[in-house]
Amino acid sequence: MAVLPPGINEREFAQALDEFRDAVGAEWVFSSDEDVALYRDAYSIFWGEPEERLASAAVAPSTVEEVQAIVRIANARRIPLYPISTGRNLAYGGAAPVLSGSVVLDLKRMNRVIEVNERNAYALVEPGVSYFDLYNHIEERGLDLWIDPPDPGWGSVIGNALDGGGGWTAYPFRDHFGAHCGMEVVLADGEIVRTGMGAVPNSKTWQQNKWGYGPWVDGLFRQGNMGIVTKMGFWLMPRPEAYISATVQVFNDRDIIPLMDILNLLENQHVVNGSTQLGGGGGFATGQGGGPAWTLQVPIYGPEKVIRAQIAYAREKFSAIEGARFIEGDLIRTPLSPEDRARVRLVNFGIPNLSTFSMLGRSPMQPNPAGGHIGFSPIIPRDGEELLKFREFYRTNLAEVTRGENLGIVGPVFMTNWERSLVALIMFPVFKNPEQNRKIRAAFERWVALAAEHGWAEYRAPTVYQDLISDTYSYNNHALRRLREKIKDAVDPNGILAPGRYGVWPKHLRREA
Amino acid sequence: MSRRSTFAVCALTLLGFAVGAAFAQDSSDLERGKAVYEYWCAPCHAAGPGHPGTQSLQIKYNGTLPAVLIERTDLTPETIKTFVRQGILMMAPFRKTEITDAELDALAAYLTRK
Repeated sequence: MAVLPPGINEREFAQALDEFRDAVGAEWVFSSDEDVALYRDAYSIFWGEPEERLASAAVAPSTVEEVQAIVRIANARRIPLYPISTGRNLAYGGAAPVLSGSVVLDLKRMNRVIEVNERNAYALVEPGVSYFDLYNHIEERGLDLWIDPPDPGWGSVIGNALDGGGGWTAYPFRDHFGAHCGMEVVLADGEIVRTGMGAVPNSKTWQQNKWGYGPWVDGLFRQGNMGIVTKMGFWLMPRPEAYISATVQVFNDRDIIPLMDILNLLENQHVVNGSTQLGGGGGFATGQGGGPAWTLQVPIYGPEKVIRAQIAYAREKFSAIEGARFIEGDLIRTPLSPEDRARVRLVNFGIPNLSTFSMLGRSPMQPNPAGGHIGFSPIIPRDGEELLKFREFYRTNLAEVTRGENLGIVGPVFMTNWERSLVALIMFPVFKNPEQNRKIRAAFERWVALAAEHGWAEYRAPTVYQDLISDTYSYNNHALRRLREKIKDAVDPNGILAPGRYGVWPKHLRREA
Repeated sequence: MSRRSTFAVCALTLLGFAVGAAFAQDSSDLERGKAVYEYWCAPCHAAGPGHPGTQSLQIKYNGTLPAVLIERTDLTPETIKTFVRQGILMMAPFRKTEITDAELDALAAYLTRK
């Protein structure tokens, strides 16, 4: 493969690798073709093509001091580093860098749960800690706390939060970046910064107040490349006493308008705090075979006597839609009984697992699956009219975007998981076949351009499309990106940290440079 | 995933693995291999619903081979290592910071134990 960092010759690279070996031990520097291939993005839409993003090597520290040492070497030698946490950010680039030739800084070995505080309901972890690890840590100690897992439980608690991921329990915990409190960051010169209350020597409140004092900088490290996060705190949910959910069914297509309005009211009042799920939308005047046009799951977590009142209030509100059915599910108490555990969706109960891959892998419905996937997930206004407008937009443009071929694209799925916003998800299969992937890429890029004309842009993207999406956030001649570039140039003047991540390039690699 | 016994990756020692296959069936190695299996493989490949690897192999083999990985008797260490390091379909490869070569030897020994 023999990819080198841009501007670095083989001799210089070999010297750098030797210095990395001195820093972390030879065993934890990976430079053979066979080892570096493990850092390829298995779901790359450019698999096997010249544009596929490839690492030049990988180095795996186990302590923050080793991270500092590596960063200092890289900074002195102008070698780009691409930090990963567990490397399982599948569909968003996996363990592969944005810039080919980067050395992957693999933080998987930094897998310590530093603290879980039951009394104040928080955790402090390192980047290599997966949702499985944090869950097991809490379970082993019998702590009365829940984690909030995303679909696949093997991802990093820190990595998922930093990439803008979310989970499936109650708000605010399922907004993973939003639920964080305090970071430790290694900067490009090797200096360690602690944010929020962590900047106060001897403070015991690092995970108890997000804002600390003065300008808040944590956001620079979300989807960012201003530093390497080596510790991060998270607020955890005390185990809720019970859970109840109802299914709301409405039978006319345009009932989606009052349905969304009532949902917004209930969520914004925090009467409904669980991760709601919207289904249907086939667009029939009434649902097929007399079935519902739209269905909505409204889960609520809390003390039994409280959530019984909340679900009754929700029932009353949804009854304003003529003909709506409100089907209340069983109240489920926690900890789960074995019987309940076998019938519930585990991520809704804070239990990490990998069952989501059942939908993506070989199944009776899909005997020859593509293998990978990516998604286009624009944020659209959270109201029924705009939702219908997006659906119409999708239907109107599908034939043009796919040139009339069935490419296996699925959409739109309207995701109500984020409070205050609505995501219209379009899913694309990813193959190991360049010809098929070329068609998928053309369709993906066309959807991005068409959606942008309506003010719809996505909140998270695979590495290969981070520039494309960044370009859609173009207000005032890309003023936001230019601000980020100024900050990047100031804190990482040699541009060694994750060049290009989420569209932020250092000066020497910018397109206009 | 059901509640599984925890396997702390960081606690695994490399001692004992360097001698290679000759001692691969040593009981402590098998224990380590079992721990690797339970932490890394079982969430997809254990029995029962909610295990996508098992679901996939059920369809692939249609009863000609067991769909549950630990029920297989035809696996060789080489086959196991190939799938772990190269992946297949939605299963992405596992890096050496996740499963070290020594741990992979132990896993292979566990899954091919007599």
